[in-house]
Amino acid sequence: MIEAKGVVKSFGRRAVLRGIDLKVESGETMVIIGGSGCGKSTFLKCVIGLHAPDSGEIVVDGLDITKLKTEREISDYRRRFGYLFQEGALFDSMTVADNICFGLKYLTDVPLSKYRRIASDSLALVGLKDVEDFKPAELSGGMKKRVALARAIAAQPQYILYDEPTTGLDPIMSDVINDLILDLQKQLKVTAIVVTHDMKSAYKVGSRIAMFLEGRILQVGTPEQIKNTSDPAVRQFVEGLSQGPIKMKLKEFEADEARDGARRGKD
Amino acid sequence: MNAVLEALFGGFGKELLEAAESMGHFVFLVRSTFLWMFRAKIEWRQTLIQMARIGVDSLPVTAMTMFFTGMVLALQSGATTKHFFNVPLFIGTVVSFSIVMELGPVLTAIVVSGRAGAAIAAELGTMKVTEQIDALYTLGTDPVRYLVIPRLLAFLSVLPLLTVVSDFTGIVGGLFVARVKYDIPTVVYWHDIIDNMSVKHFVHGFLKTFVFAFLVSMTSCYKGVTTRGGAEGVGKATTQAVVISMTLVLVIDYFATAMLNALGIT
Ligand SMILES: Nc1ncnc2c1ncn2[C@@H]1O[C@H](COP(=O)(O)OP(=O)(O)OP(=O)(O)O)[C@@H](O)[C@H]1O
Ligand SMILES: [Mg+2]
Repeated sequence: MIEAKGVVKSFGRRAVLRGIDLKVESGETMVIIGGSGCGKSTFLKCVIGLHAPDSGEIVVDGLDITKLKTEREISDYRRRFGYLFQEGALFDSMTVADNICFGLKYLTDVPLSKYRRIASDSLALVGLKDVEDFKPAELSGGMKKRVALARAIAAQPQYILYDEPTTGLDPIMSDVINDLILDLQKQLKVTAIVVTHDMKSAYKVGSRIAMFLEGRILQVGTPEQIKNTSDPAVRQFVEGLSQGPIKMKLKEFEADEARDGARRGKD
Repeated sequence: MNAVLEALFGGFGKELLEAAESMGHFVFLVRSTFLWMFRAKIEWRQTLIQMARIGVDSLPVTAMTMFFTGMVLALQSGATTKHFFNVPLFIGTVVSFSIVMELGPVLTAIVVSGRAGAAIAAELGTMKVTEQIDALYTLGTDPVRYLVIPRLLAFLSVLPLLTVVSDFTGIVGGLFVARVKYDIPTVVYWHDIIDNMSVKHFVHGFLKTFVFAFLVSMTSCYKGVTTRGGAEGVGKATTQAVVISMTLVLVIDYFATAMLNALGIT
């Protein structure tokens, strides 16, 4: 179980997360949706410990990431997670196989002889074959994304944080990835958080969906509840309309930004 | 605090504050480097790869630099002594002392910082802005352990070796000019060196290379892992790494020399 309580995070003067309360039950897939730049990736990074929240706590199986002290505690915490970066973040000096097996050495006791096997198995799961010896630069955008996904799941983590797993994939491949996320949940009882802009994918893989707006959670509900929401902002977002309450907010936000920028320019 | 400093010193206060802040971060990086070095297993494979890279990258250019430095030293000292005594004297002594105690270690460190230090800053900087350093963390290892320590160890082992080679090529460069230009027999040149130089002089220069290796590698790694803002940021980090390393080498060289002198290693 992942439980975030009052998570606040700012970068400099800009408040990105303004108090996130979110509970992800074990075995559940929580989908996070929300406008670009509203702090979804930042939230995932707080959960895995890449960013330290300014205040609030994030508790996973009774361990509070914000209170972990020793290196050992932190690595025990991190060991439970797989993380798919929005931009892949593949090691570009290594082959695909080395990328996928990189974590095995540090996160598991799997013997070296099994690495090759695990690499091709993980690649097969994401619909790739015979690319083990390619360098990331030789792959297409969608292939990179899938290799990154293969890397995130190779060590069979208990928790997986997916940052836009289907962005940049063709519709069929997107659905293959959706099935994979569902399979991992059903068969390996993975608890997951999926950040996505792809509503089809959100409805398919989500046990529940949380909508972020301006660093807060607007609504959390099952896909059914979200589909039939009464909240105008959520409705606007899931239906993808340019007219509605959020547009206004965006304008306000931009004005805010401009004012901030001007102030920064002055001093 | 911030505001007070800004009010007192204007824009300069902000810069001062930023410099102090990076100093703090640098010290923190150094501290965690040493902590990790003694606590976790060392990545020997990475260290060997880095050693090969630094050595291969830098050997030709350091050898070349030092060969010509030795040549010009011989030319100058020959001309000067000829002017005063009508014969070129002690060329070997001048060349070897200058090179072994100062120019060998300093120039090698500077050339290597421009070659390998820049490469490190650019590589780590790119890894940072493409989130590869964050990925290391999520995959169960620590960037300091996986990236910084191997580079530090590689520098500490390769730079002294390179310096020894540099010293040697420099002295041979001097010999070349002494023979060709001033007709000094090889034996005389060697005697000028051997009669006046002791192990202490060599140790003096050799010890300094470890200080330089530490400075250049840690500065380059620090600039790399703290890179911000895309391709432009990587460019900036790389230039800064080289400029700061070179300056530090020259400044710290003075203090290291003073300290070694105080300890009697001259
Ligand atoms: N390391 C950082 N330093 C400064 N600001 C940051 C940093 N990371 C993110 N931000 C800012 O935080 C805000 C939220 O970023 P985040 O990446 O979490 O957005 P997101 O919800 O994932 O957006 P998208 O859907 O486009 O991926 C953005 O305005 C961004 O400018
Ligand atoms: Mg994002």
